[in-house]
Amino acid sequence: MKQDIPQPLNGLLAAGGALSIIIAWQFLLPLAGVPSYILPTPVEIARIFTKEGALLWTNFWPTVYEAVMGFLLGNGVAVLLAVIFVLNRYIQAAYFPVILFLNTIPVLALAPVIVLIFGLGVLPKIIIAAVICFFPTLVNMIRGLESPNSSEIELFRVLSASRLETMWKLRLPRSMPFLFASLRIASATAVIGAVVGEWIGSDKGLGAMIIQATFNYQSGRLYAAITLCSLLAIVLFLIVVSVERLVLRYERH
Amino acid sequence: MTQDRHSLAIAARGLTLGYRSPAGDAVAVLNDFDLDVARGEFLTIIGPSGCGKSTFLRAVADLLQPLKGQLGVLDGSPAEARQRRDVSFVFQDATLLPWRTALQNVMLPDDVGRRAPRQDAPPAMELLELMGLRGLENRYPAQLSGGQRQRVAIARALLSRPRILLMDEPFGALDEITRDRLNDELLRLWRKTETTILFVTHSIMEAAYLGQRVMVLAANPGRIHALHDLRGLKATETGLRREDPQLIAEMADLRRELERC
Repeated sequence: MKQDIPQPLNGLLAAGGALSIIIAWQFLLPLAGVPSYILPTPVEIARIFTKEGALLWTNFWPTVYEAVMGFLLGNGVAVLLAVIFVLNRYIQAAYFPVILFLNTIPVLALAPVIVLIFGLGVLPKIIIAAVICFFPTLVNMIRGLESPNSSEIELFRVLSASRLETMWKLRLPRSMPFLFASLRIASATAVIGAVVGEWIGSDKGLGAMIIQATFNYQSGRLYAAITLCSLLAIVLFLIVVSVERLVLRYERH
Repeated sequence: MTQDRHSLAIAARGLTLGYRSPAGDAVAVLNDFDLDVARGEFLTIIGPSGCGKSTFLRAVADLLQPLKGQLGVLDGSPAEARQRRDVSFVFQDATLLPWRTALQNVMLPDDVGRRAPRQDAPPAMELLELMGLRGLENRYPAQLSGGQRQRVAIARALLSRPRILLMDEPFGALDEITRDRLNDELLRLWRKTETTILFVTHSIMEAAYLGQRVMVLAANPGRIHALHDLRGLKATETGLRREDPQLIAEMADLRRELERC
């Protein structure tokens, strides 16, 4: 049986759990003889943030920009395409299989091609982040737009609603829970896309920093960059969750 | 039945209803039947599952094309009646949109269908009050009880001032006390508005208590088994009470009919 934990205690436990891991990392790993160039302690990583703050900062913003733009582009195109597919089954029948096939190509294999086509600027990174977000949102969105039940569809038919009205006033609002389920995941994958893009051809951004730091055994800098990637994904996730709360407030009563 | 054509709300002639299988074959649910429903009549429809009760309502609402025969709705086709907003449908589940408040749900018919609201349409607030929902207009469906949700659905159906109200087991999911209360409110509403009501139900009590006529459908193949006329019994202003021996006897009759079909 599921045990319910009261709210303040629940938060405390989560914080305590994380803290215990960090403390163990700080004190047990050196005792176990793990060298600092393999895995620096939390204190060492924190020190990098104060020492190399400016460098981290200048590499943080390009990744933020690419991840956010990729998130917006990939999800935006996915939503638009899902609407078109559900409005017109013929277009869906013609093009959905192609997209399904393209989705089987691993993004890591596709990334060099995208860099080849779009050069070394920010654009290829945005596109890689967008490609990663695109497919799950497309599939979720189609399912969401098709989620109205038969009496809802019949209600709109009896009211002589047009296809566009049914789309706008029934299907789109109905699809919102599906969309946000996908956007939560996309908030993390968009960052992956931006970082992967930077690995392949860039001297700026957290991805570039990760590659350079790895080759130069600057493990403190490496872990600081990883921390920032995770932070970015968390912030994006929290933004998605707050927008979702606002949009789906009718569900919480 | 011989009646003036213009006093008819619904006229079915040799009507066969059903659907087409994926292979294109016609699968009949209700076979070759005639039925006249007078304007302002309250007709209840009862029968075993699969006999085509809902199918008939769906055809009147233009949600289903007849396989054969003719179906006239208010001297025109079902599609014309639907486009004029002369027909409203109340579903078994209230079918309220969860992101709209009670008031916004009632106003849905004015938001779609690209037609100007009827001049003589009752204001949505008035309809909510009529259904006993004063003070609940800003609640979301999730904040309403099952009975309240169904009241909102009825208020929404009345917004277009329909001449025919189709109700497909509207109170089937409610507890008996709420159901009795809503039955009485529906009767009061019907007497006031002179709307034609077609009411599908699984409850013998509901069928006998509400209907001026009760249509008993049989399954396999779907057909009209019997048509009970209770208008003589209910000639008085207030109709019959639930405990009335005549009504109880009528219910026993209906039960016997249903056992045979």
